[in-house]
Amino acid sequence: MLAYIIRRMLIMIPTLIAISIISFTIIQLPPGDFLTTYVAQLSASGEGIDQAELDALRHRFGLDQPIYVQYFQWVWNFVRGDFGHSFEWNKPVRSLIGERIALTILISTCTLLFTWIVSLPIGIYSAVRQYSWMDYFLTFFGFIGLATPNFLFALILLWFSYAYLGMSIGGLFSPQFIEAPWSFAKFIDLLKHLWIPVLIVGTGHTAKFIRIIRGNLLDELKKPYVTTARAKGLSETKLILKYPVRVAINPLVSTIGWTLPELISGIAITAVVLNLPTSGPLLLSALMSQDMHLAGSFIMILSILTVIGTLISDILLAWVDPRIRFGARESA
Amino acid sequence: MVPALDVRDLRVHFLLDEGTVRAVDGVSFSVEPGKTLGIVGESGSGKSVIGQSILRIVPSPGKIVRGEILLRMENGQGEPTQLDMAQIESHGRLARSIRGKEIAMIFQEPMNSFSPVHTVGSQIVEALRLHADVSPQEARNRTVEMLKKVGIPQPEHRIGAYPHELSGGMRQRAMIAMALVCNPRILIADEPTTALDVTIQAQIIDLLKKLQEEFGMAILFISHNLGVISEISHEVLVVYFGRVMEHAPVDVLFREALHPYTKALLRSVPGIDTPVRSHLATIEGTLPDPYANIPGCPFFGRCMECEGRTVCRDDPYSLTKVGPRHFVACPRICVADFA
Ligand SMILES: Nc1ncnc2c1ncn2[C@@H]1O[C@H](COP(=O)(O)OP(=O)(O)OP(=O)(O)O)[C@@H](O)[C@H]1O
Ligand SMILES: [Mg+2]
Repeated sequence: MLAYIIRRMLIMIPTLIAISIISFTIIQLPPGDFLTTYVAQLSASGEGIDQAELDALRHRFGLDQPIYVQYFQWVWNFVRGDFGHSFEWNKPVRSLIGERIALTILISTCTLLFTWIVSLPIGIYSAVRQYSWMDYFLTFFGFIGLATPNFLFALILLWFSYAYLGMSIGGLFSPQFIEAPWSFAKFIDLLKHLWIPVLIVGTGHTAKFIRIIRGNLLDELKKPYVTTARAKGLSETKLILKYPVRVAINPLVSTIGWTLPELISGIAITAVVLNLPTSGPLLLSALMSQDMHLAGSFIMILSILTVIGTLISDILLAWVDPRIRFGARESA
Repeated sequence: MVPALDVRDLRVHFLLDEGTVRAVDGVSFSVEPGKTLGIVGESGSGKSVIGQSILRIVPSPGKIVRGEILLRMENGQGEPTQLDMAQIESHGRLARSIRGKEIAMIFQEPMNSFSPVHTVGSQIVEALRLHADVSPQEARNRTVEMLKKVGIPQPEHRIGAYPHELSGGMRQRAMIAMALVCNPRILIADEPTTALDVTIQAQIIDLLKKLQEEFGMAILFISHNLGVISEISHEVLVVYFGRVMEHAPVDVLFREALHPYTKALLRSVPGIDTPVRSHLATIEGTLPDPYANIPGCPFFGRCMECEGRTVCRDDPYSLTKVGPRHFVACPRICVADFA
């Protein structure tokens, strides 16, 4: 198992290098460098800057170095936690994105938990009571959930709560907490707002998971090992939870890796509609205003998170499924 | 003497939208402790459903519509009583306390009969701890001992193996260990050797015979292969379309089979003296439509001996005694005015 994890982590290295090159390329894509943009901004506001000062700046930021040196410089800074400077906001990138990324991770994690907690019992019920009216009912709602785009669901929920409940559900914090430092009250306030994006982003995934669990479990319930367990004298509930459900959720464990980026992009769209202080809207505006240090860091960090998510789900899968664990050991 | 298991007029039907499948339609037999009853018949003849109904694990929509499944139990004073398995609640506590404890079952597919994500040992330990009040350590020791008895080398090591790490033969041995770990009085073996190659087949049968001598359980051995059946059985039940065609001690059946269906099955068994490339007789035709309700002989139409006489088709099915322990259901033999 340990050998498997180490091997899996080694595979991550080339992936991360590739991602860093792509992110760096994105930063470098616009013509000129960010000082060109800076000069343009200054002259637009009527101020001037002399060549000596410009060269000094250029030297300070290492922009007079060859491109590969700049790349290594950027990577080195990134590793040390220095993500560069946002010109649109005139702030270090790090101070801009820290909290937003944390909130994005929070929403993704909650959504993932929500998805599992809701879909697992429903999926199991639908499979065990296949073709019961409850199965049909849940299937019907599942398909509606699957077919509704997140932004539409968000708009409907916004309108409904505003029109009928008389409250605005946008944002993640009540107005009095937005600028406030972190406190227990702020945390509680966050939880009060959090369920809305979680519900919106999670519904589609939950519906998909229910279909997958139901389908897998229906296959597994027919397998001889279920009959064996029954012939032993195990009670029906116990045997279903212990054997076929265990096997049926294995493929889902492996999806955690690629649900994460899906969730993050799902959150981005929802966040625009609901005005959430997550990474999505900021990334969108950074891309539109060519604020390339900000955009590049975002892409880099979200990609790293995805890679880590995949790693976690692979390790989980190896942990729950001995066939994968041992296959890995044999070929290693 | 009260037999270990006494099945009387068992009828198990599947009520499907397309019609009723009479998977088992009036089957009776009994089996004594320490003896083996072989159940033989073509695919789809209802052999597995017989085994499943004894354990009360017939998949829905199958229902026991008639009959008794009398299981010999000991009451407190050591006197035998009989429990009708057909009458008890199939998911209930009583049924579950009998499954695995009094009656155990092994299956055809050694590949998928164990959960792939649990160790073989943990699945055997679970069977033991369900029915016996033993500590985990004690359960483990007894599992190792049982694995040793079924001929698994290095049992202390193999107890932690996953099913995919064992060969087919080893898995089937482990299955047998799991079935026998609670020392059941009846073992139902549903085609336990069909998926194995011939040498392993012989080993498994020898093992079952040896364990039967040691533990004294009654065995119901289900197979479509009369050759395999003859190796292990004391008596043989020939079933076709959910009905008993012939029932006889194994030597009688091989010496003087009476039913044309049995004879056809016998002709399809390769003997040691059959030349390797010679053409084995197969039974012409196929089983009748499973939804059909056939009052007479279900073998009518495929039978080589009745020559289309309508009495075979029309005379109601009945099993007739023709010898001390020999029963046959063939109008040609049993109907007095057969013309
Ligand atoms: N779950 C089920 N649903 C519907 N019909 C069934 C079911 N199980 C068995 N049957 C029907 O019952 C009949 C007997 O099946 P059974 O499995 O007992 O045959 P078998 O003699 O064991 O055959 P095989 O040698 O292929 O195992 C068949 O006609 C089959 O179609
Ligand atoms: Mg069968």
